[in-house]
Formats: sequence, structure tokens, C-alpha cells
Amino acid sequence: MALYSEKVMDHFRHPRNVGVIEDADGVGEVGNPVCGDIMKIYLKIDGDIVTDVKFETFGCGSAIASSSMATEMIKGKPVSEVLTLTNKAVTEALDGLPAHKLHCSVLAEEAIKKAVKDYYDRNGIPYDPAQFPEEEEEGGACRFR
Amino acid sequence: MIYADNAATTKMSREAVAAMLPYFEEYYGNPSSLYAFGQKAKEDLEDARKRIASCLGADPREILFTSGGSEADNQAIMSAAHSGAAKGKKHIISTAMEHHAVLHTLDKLKKQGFEVTLLDVHENGIVTAEEVRNAIREDTCLVTVMYANNEIGTIQPVGEIGAVCRERGVLFHTDAVQAAGHLPIDVKAQNIDMLSLSAHKFHGPKGIGVLYARRGVLLETLISGGAQERGKRAGTENLAAVMGMAKALEIACSNMERNAERMTAMRDRLIEGLDRIPYGELNGDRVHRLPGNVNFCFEGIEGESLLLLLDDKGICASSGSACTSGSLDPSHVLLAIGRPHEVAHGSLRLSIGEDVTEEEIDYMIAAVTDVVTYLRNMSPFWRDLVNGKRRHVFSE
Ligand SMILES: Cc1ncc(COP(=O)(O)O)c(C=O)c1O
Ligand SMILES: [Zn+2]
Repeated sequence: MALYSEKVMDHFRHPRNVGVIEDADGVGEVGNPVCGDIMKIYLKIDGDIVTDVKFETFGCGSAIASSSMATEMIKGKPVSEVLTLTNKAVTEALDGLPAHKLHCSVLAEEAIKKAVKDYYDRNGIPYDPAQFPEEEEEGGACRFR
Repeated sequence: MIYADNAATTKMSREAVAAMLPYFEEYYGNPSSLYAFGQKAKEDLEDARKRIASCLGADPREILFTSGGSEADNQAIMSAAHSGAAKGKKHIISTAMEHHAVLHTLDKLKKQGFEVTLLDVHENGIVTAEEVRNAIREDTCLVTVMYANNEIGTIQPVGEIGAVCRERGVLFHTDAVQAAGHLPIDVKAQNIDMLSLSAHKFHGPKGIGVLYARRGVLLETLISGGAQERGKRAGTENLAAVMGMAKALEIACSNMERNAERMTAMRDRLIEGLDRIPYGELNGDRVHRLPGNVNFCFEGIEGESLLLLLDDKGICASSGSACTSGSLDPSHVLLAIGRPHEVAHGSLRLSIGEDVTEEEIDYMIAAVTDVVTYLRNMSPFWRDLVNGKRRHVFSE
């Protein structure tokens, strides 16, 4: 048995939506280089619909594949629906991940939420801060330790 | 496929396999049985012991067969610690870059009240005999320093450390798992009291190794039971594996110089090629390193994705990134030589074999260069480095 499912390897080898959106409406970055994982999500939002999404990832196979899958899952969706995306749903769509690799995939969900929060902030759209993961500090301890 | 992970394990040589085969179907007797059929097995076992001893400059009575390098390390360290403790000596000196078989055994001893000094290995990954001398105390019972490092390939001045230990009357153990069959070993000339080796690192079988213990060094038994191995290691001997190991070690030792010369040239060609990748750096000393070891850190990328993409290109390699180790920290060896975490995550070890070709070296250089470039282009960390938002650790 290989480390990863065929689906994970497909997204890892041929990641969808890699890149940058220069005039993005929301940008979210989570993780830090000390921990070995950073994910950055760029959203283009038009009338509450995510019309385009791009990502950049520094990380392992699990991190890259889950970024790719997560961007596919939110493309064309209304922002309210994007916020309901869970790490679990991304993992399931990838036909699962090894247990010790799950934490590398959490970043996708968090980066997307952060990008939406950025979009809300930029446009003065009110929201409940409890909806979003807490800010982590740069240089802080790596999580899941 | 290019197998460039010979530090993890090696392919068995034909000769070593051939040396094992008769002991499965033909001479399957138990060396402890008294009838001639069993005694034939015993004779062959002892002959292998003699041949292995002579490769190391040891006496056959000083060779103990174990299940591999880990067991040999455990037994050597536990033995020296406990006989030291009996004399009130509970201080051990080692280095921060040892294999976990050594480090975790030392952790166990710390819980038993031993004090452990881990020497700094500096940026080049080498300790000096002088540093060992300065760390020795009245209550030091053991110095354990590996011969060559499994990740970055650096070679320690084992003979000089041995001389210091002998002079100060402290036992000296060396984990020679990566060195055996690749670097010269003469336990007498190098003043080595105990030495561990493992057959699968020099084209022998897995699950078999040796603990050399100088006559007069008291060994503790880890595996209790029958009287095999002079009562120091119970269990019916893995005769076929011992025969394969003896053959593999003989071949490795008789070809050592020629292999080292050729591999060093190949290694340096590979290092030179990878050196051309900007913002990457060789880990460990350039000269005092195993002939087959190449280990680099590349900024802005993560090791596991690098390995997976190299695998797609038919290259078997390894990395010290947290995500490949299954832990959250990158390799303790890379941290010990002062690599920051963010750089240690982007490490790559290529450990080439004796039969590697120039074409393969050049293919590896091209493949690594391509994959590093590709991964950097999708890395926000790399983008920040390029934009000056984060600072480079390495120069271009
Ligand atoms: C330096 C070192 N020590 C010990 C070991 C453990 O050897 P073995 O796998 O035979 O238990 C290894 C191999 O992984 C090693 O490289
Ligand atoms: Zn990861």
C-alpha cells in the first residue's frame, strides 16, 4: 500500500488552482515555516459567489493535495457555503489521509476561512468573530505538539 | 529506478545471498545440537565469527551476534552504564547527532539517574577528541560517539577519541553501523572498546549485526534464555544471516579502497551539481564524510513533497523533514548542526551505491533541480523570500 490514496496523489501531482490572484478580494495565509507548512488562499468574489480561487502551499503531499481539493470544492460556491467547508469533508473527498497526516490538511480549511474574513473586513461586512479560527502568532509553537 | 537510499538499507549482493542459501535447506541444524549435523552448523558459525573478527582486527571471542545495529547499541551502552554504576560512575558522554538507538537508550539511563553530556557537533557535524577529553570527569563510565553519521555522513575522529578514552581509562563505544564495510576499522589500533555494526548497510541481510566488545569488557545480557553467544545473547543463532553478513563484510572490506575512491568522485560530482541550485547548502563537512553521502537543505520547500516527486522520477531518496519523520520536528541531526527548523524541513539525503553511474548522477542533479524549482514556484514561503518579506538563511 502506498502512503497516499490515488486521489491524494492525483491532486498532489496535478494540483488544481495553483497560483496567485493579483487583485484578489480576500487573501488568507496560515501556518509558518518553522512548522513546515504554510498555505495561502486567494479568493475572487463576485456578488457573494467565489468566482475564482488560487492557492500557494509550502508543505508535504498531504498539505498540497488538500489545498488543491479544497479550492476545487469552493469554486463557484456562495461565501456562506464556503464557510461550512470542513477539513473532514476535504479529507473524505481525497479518499482519506493517513492519521499522522491529518493535521497537515487542516490548514486548507483555515486558510479559506481566513480569506473570507479578509473579504468581510475589506468590505465592512459584519460577521461573528467566533466563526473564524483564532489568529496564531508568528514564531509561536507549532500546533498539535 | 535509481536507488539512492543506501544509508537506509542496501541491496544484498549475489555472493551474500549465495552464502546464505545452503543454511535454509541443507545445513539447517541447530548449532547447539551435539550430533555431527548440528556441529557442522556450529563450525560454520564459528568460522564466520573468525572471518568477521579479522575484518575488524578483533579476536573471534570478542564478536557477539545480535539482531542488528539497534540491539548492539542498546547492549553496549546498557552494559557500560551498569558496570560503571557499580563503581559509582554514572556519567556518560555522547553527541547530539547520534542515532535514536543510542539517544533513546541514553534517555532510559537518564531516568535511572545517569547524567548524560551531549557534545556539540558544530556546523560541520564533527566533534573533536579535545572536546571529549574536556568533558571526561572522574565519574565518567562511557563515551559513545558514532563513527559516521547516518544522515549527513560526517566521519568522527574515532581513533583520536579512542586514544583519549584509553588514556583516561574510560570505556569507548562507537556506533559504526554506517561505517562498517565503507571505512577502515581496526578496533585495536583505534582503541575501540565496543563497536556496533549492522549487515544490511553493506549488502548483507537485515536483522543481523555484531557487537564487538574487547576482552575484559563486561557485557550485560539483554535477551535472557539459552547459553548461546557465551551466555550474552540468548536465542538460536540466525546462522544463514550470519553467513550472509560474513560474506558481505569480507567483500566490502576487500574492495573498500577501490569503492571509496570511485564513490567519492561520484559523490563530489553530485554535490557540485546540487551546489548550483541557489539558496541550498550541503549539510555536514565536505571532506570528512562517507563516500556515498550527499545531504542538502533547500530553502522554501518541504522535504516530503520533494521525495514524492523524485519518486515519480524514479529516484529513491530520503529527507529529515518533520512530515517524513512522522514527528512534528525535523531531524535532530540537522538541528544539531544549527540548521533552523524552516530550512531543516527542506532537506534531502541521497546516499549512492557502489555501482552508481555518471549518467545516474547527472540525471539526479537535473531531477532535483527541476523539482526544487517547481515546488518553490508554488511555495508562499519562497515567494516571501524572493520578495524580501522573509530573510534568506543561505546565500545564493
Ligand atoms: C547509525 C545507525 N545506528 C543504528 C542503526 C540501526 O541499525 P539496525 O537497523 O540494524 O537496527 C542504523 C540504521 O538505521 C544507523 O544508521
Ligand atoms: Zn505535512
